[in-house]
Amino acid sequence: MSVDQKFLEKKSLEYRRTIIEIIYNSGAGHTGGSLSCIDILNVLYNGFLEITPNNFTTIERNNYIHSKGHSVEALYTVLCDLSFFKKEDLDTLNAFDSHFIGHPTKKVLGVEHNTGALGHGLSVAVGLALAKKKDKSKKKVFALLGDGELSEGSVWEACTSASKYQLDNLIVIVDRNHLQITGKTEDVNPIEPLDEKFKSFGFNVEFVNGNNIFELLEIFQKVPFTADKPSAIIANTIKGCGISFIENEISWHHKVPTDEEYKKAIKELDEKLSKYE
Amino acid sequence: MNKIGKPNLEIFADTLLDQAKINQNILVVTSDSRGSGKLVNFGKELPDQIIEVGIAEQNLVGISAGLSAGGKKVFGVSPASFLTARSIEQIKNDICYSNQPVVLVGISAGISYGQLGSTHHSIHDFASLRTFNNISIVAPADNFEASEIIKASVGYDKPLYIRYGKKPMMSIHSPGTNFQIGKAITVSEGEDITLVSTGETVQRAVLAGEILKTKGINPTIISMHTIKPFDNDILIKMAKKSKVLISIEEHSIYGGLGEQCANIIAQNKINLDFKILGIPDEYIVNGSQADVLDHYNMSPEKIAALSSKMLG
Repeated sequence: MSVDQKFLEKKSLEYRRTIIEIIYNSGAGHTGGSLSCIDILNVLYNGFLEITPNNFTTIERNNYIHSKGHSVEALYTVLCDLSFFKKEDLDTLNAFDSHFIGHPTKKVLGVEHNTGALGHGLSVAVGLALAKKKDKSKKKVFALLGDGELSEGSVWEACTSASKYQLDNLIVIVDRNHLQITGKTEDVNPIEPLDEKFKSFGFNVEFVNGNNIFELLEIFQKVPFTADKPSAIIANTIKGCGISFIENEISWHHKVPTDEEYKKAIKELDEKLSKYE
Repeated sequence: MNKIGKPNLEIFADTLLDQAKINQNILVVTSDSRGSGKLVNFGKELPDQIIEVGIAEQNLVGISAGLSAGGKKVFGVSPASFLTARSIEQIKNDICYSNQPVVLVGISAGISYGQLGSTHHSIHDFASLRTFNNISIVAPADNFEASEIIKASVGYDKPLYIRYGKKPMMSIHSPGTNFQIGKAITVSEGEDITLVSTGETVQRAVLAGEILKTKGINPTIISMHTIKPFDNDILIKMAKKSKVLISIEEHSIYGGLGEQCANIIAQNKINLDFKILGIPDEYIVNGSQADVLDHYNMSPEKIAALSSKMLG
């Protein structure tokens, strides 16, 4: 699948605009994490996954598990752009009786699995990948995990099975933004050396700049990195990426922009977007 | 003389093997539990239909959910104690909330592991799982129920938890009895007193009934194999025509069969004498399953004596 890098870079800016807008309008959301992973979702959904509203209910397709469920605004934004639902539906985010709640739910078309409690998605992805192996399918399963999430022991239980069953159709992506709600991941509970950890669990590991469209396009073309082994991509990202005053600020884990901050963020993004006209 | 059958666990394994032979879409996931689950033979005969995750129950449930999402009919088999406590969040989110029609099979349930102690007992599983939306809970009493529930589970389109014990069980139902998830089986219908039980304690209720008959008391005996969705109708019907109702379960007296009966009796303004027999809120006495159940007043003799006393 060939996609234009500039096209995706512009999309990422538009997606960031939507993320800020829906969080601002709904009064809640995980701003920092949604902004750190949005480029990964952009490249995956527009470049590789080939998941559409039409094939979504079929088994023989690629799967994407959004294990870091709190960054749901990024997922909803991309799915909306891919016509899984209308923007006016997404605008009900967090409203009473809306299907658009603060973590991924299958009530929303395009969401594969209900996530939100951390450390669950990888086992589910392993199960999906195993089912594909049983069906002799060549399709792949992608799972996005947060770096703070890696303290959950169940993640590593899942890794042992991925390795045992040689799931080269499984690609784990870590949104390595180095921050979690309390502080820096390495202060809260160190997870380094992360590449060594995944390697010792039987994965092939590559690093990527997870906020760089070109690098993401390249890395996803290379998976699986070798046959018979699951792949792990450590995507170094910036929490809050793309909006100057949100980047790398712990407070923006789930902070909602004020009127002033909202205007400032939109202005920044619109200035960048104007260069693509 | 009551005919003693096989352990329900063996019936489970034999029935599942039969079903899996004719349905390659059936997969079994185990956590170093194929021996305890009597699935060694399954593993030998159908090696491509068994997945082993090692001692990792959370992973077992998560992988089962994923396999199910990938179109497979999955039986996740692990000791009930670990399956329903260690993995409770995976059951809540990845099975129930995500609506994956996985069959979770809790083996050596209740106090089947007797002297191995509280770490290995599951007298919490009804209580904890009952609070989750979208899961059915079944505890088969005899070999017939043990087999029927597996046949019914293959086509069941909702999450399902089944708990099995490991002792040989007395035959209670005749072949051809109607078995349906959510519909209790009336073993015998009498007057004045109803004994309602579930799982491996049903045979104790039946034996208590035989003692009572020798004293001229003819009890109603219900096998409430499905704890959820609960067969309210049969309980209301039998309670309304009884003076005494006793519930008997291999579970904590909190949150299981007995409390569900109390709930129904109270909300339907049924006036009768009622007693819950189960494991009280204390450090459980050490002993075999039989010894422990006897100790907590669930021997047939004690159930019969309590029945007579309550009838006055």
